[in-house]
Amino acid sequence: MELILEKINHSYGDMPVLTDISLSVGSGEIVCVVGPSGCGKSTLLRIIGGLERPTSGEVLMSGEPPADSLNPLTYVFQDFALLPWRTVEGNVRLVLEDHRIGRERVGAVVDDVLARTKLTEFAAAYPRQLSGGMKQRVAIARALSVNPAVMLMDEPLSALDSQTRDLLMDDLIELWTQVRFSACYITHNLAEAVRLGHRIVVMSRRPGRIRDIVEIDIPLSERPGFPTETAAIQRRLWEMMRDEARAADRELSDVA
Amino acid sequence: MSLDRSLPSAAPATEKPGAAPTRPVPFRGSGFTHRPHRHVAPLVFAALLILWEIGSRTGFISNISLPAPTEAAEAMADLFRSGMIWKHLSASLFRLTVGWSLGTLLGIAVGLAIGLFSVARAGLSPLVSALFPIPKIALLPLFIVWFGIGEGSKVATILFGSFFPTVIATYGGVDNVDRSLIRMGQSFGLSWSSIVRKIIIPGALPAILSGFRISASIAIILLVAAEMIGAEYGIGAYILMAGALYAIDQLIAGVALLSLLGLAVAWLIGRAEKMLLGWRI
Repeated sequence: MELILEKINHSYGDMPVLTDISLSVGSGEIVCVVGPSGCGKSTLLRIIGGLERPTSGEVLMSGEPPADSLNPLTYVFQDFALLPWRTVEGNVRLVLEDHRIGRERVGAVVDDVLARTKLTEFAAAYPRQLSGGMKQRVAIARALSVNPAVMLMDEPLSALDSQTRDLLMDDLIELWTQVRFSACYITHNLAEAVRLGHRIVVMSRRPGRIRDIVEIDIPLSERPGFPTETAAIQRRLWEMMRDEARAADRELSDVA
Repeated sequence: MSLDRSLPSAAPATEKPGAAPTRPVPFRGSGFTHRPHRHVAPLVFAALLILWEIGSRTGFISNISLPAPTEAAEAMADLFRSGMIWKHLSASLFRLTVGWSLGTLLGIAVGLAIGLFSVARAGLSPLVSALFPIPKIALLPLFIVWFGIGEGSKVATILFGSFFPTVIATYGGVDNVDRSLIRMGQSFGLSWSSIVRKIIIPGALPAILSGFRISASIAIILLVAAEMIGAEYGIGAYILMAGALYAIDQLIAGVALLSLLGLAVAWLIGRAEKMLLGWRI
């Protein structure tokens, strides 16, 4: 299934936040969106997943999602959004309970995603007992359990320390190699974008528009073997963003 | 609060040849943290009772103004011997349980409605604000006209008294449920009823249970007030009778019963919190 954004414009009152965003996320492709803070990246992601209506423009799905996909557009949130009163297993079960798929299949799916995210031994733990990295693993397991056509990831690693972030990036690549999910991955961290993105969309500061799209054709799993190339791309992205980021930093925020 | 400050210790400045003298950094971080003291509460209680008893025996406290604790205990023992305690207790507990349960059930229902539906919020929340501050004791004569002098008016007083704080606690709890969890539920396509049952109600439960503590205390206060009119049995009736006969030892025994009732209710709610909110610790 392919996801197509057509001329998305969005504004809060008189304040334009997104201007003329056209973009597509192909099957099995990870598209990273980078941009200075306040450029509307997260708003864009909420629009893509249908949590917010754009002022104009459309988000279209082309082709059918996989038949066993329970929730084609599935989010992974920055703050994990785990229910503190449910165990790891219960948090994953939550999103399966509403679908009439039978007790046995639910159990099998839960076991499978927990094994894939290396959480099996933590199935009975509560979120408060887990580190930030483990919490985000649970959120990723929950997202994988509904077999999404496109994962919408909103700065999923931004709340984590840099070591945990590296470990989770490796895990994400391993998971991607297994199931080839497609994803729209929002981040402000260029290293993440260069490590995980097939294509990197650079956005300008508010009102956000697409400044450039950078394609990286080194396969995800081989990227650690090309440090100079990836570093060069990262530098190029930073050159593009530096002035925007500086200007954005000095802006007064009057968005409520 | 423990204000035990550690005095800056005058540490000897050790001299090393050729180096500046060193001294330890004084510790300044004490004084404003609480530590658990398990045995202090019973000790304070026992000390007060002993002082009171001594005061009565030596005549420092006149027997007419306040009888000795042993006399109050004797009155309490009388209650047990005559078996009257069970009549009073069962009458009071019946009114309390029925009134409080119905009041909180209705309160949770209305609170959820206000929390979930904007029409209910617009219509009911000003009404709740207008009716909550009215002392229900003032309405007791009205309740007697409406529900009769028997159990009806007493249960109704307690019901209304526990209803309003529960409504406010419930919709406050619903309002404070983490919006990002609700958004998560929506993003996974959970049904409306699933989001309410699995996200909003558990999220509001801590607030609802702390509302229970308030509504239960109010219910006990109203219980006594209600039993002071047209009740034959009940702790409130017992206290009123003792007051009318100027039997202060019995009055104190009755008040002690109320305290025990309050402690028991607080303990029960504490158990419920442990059971339902185990995830919070």
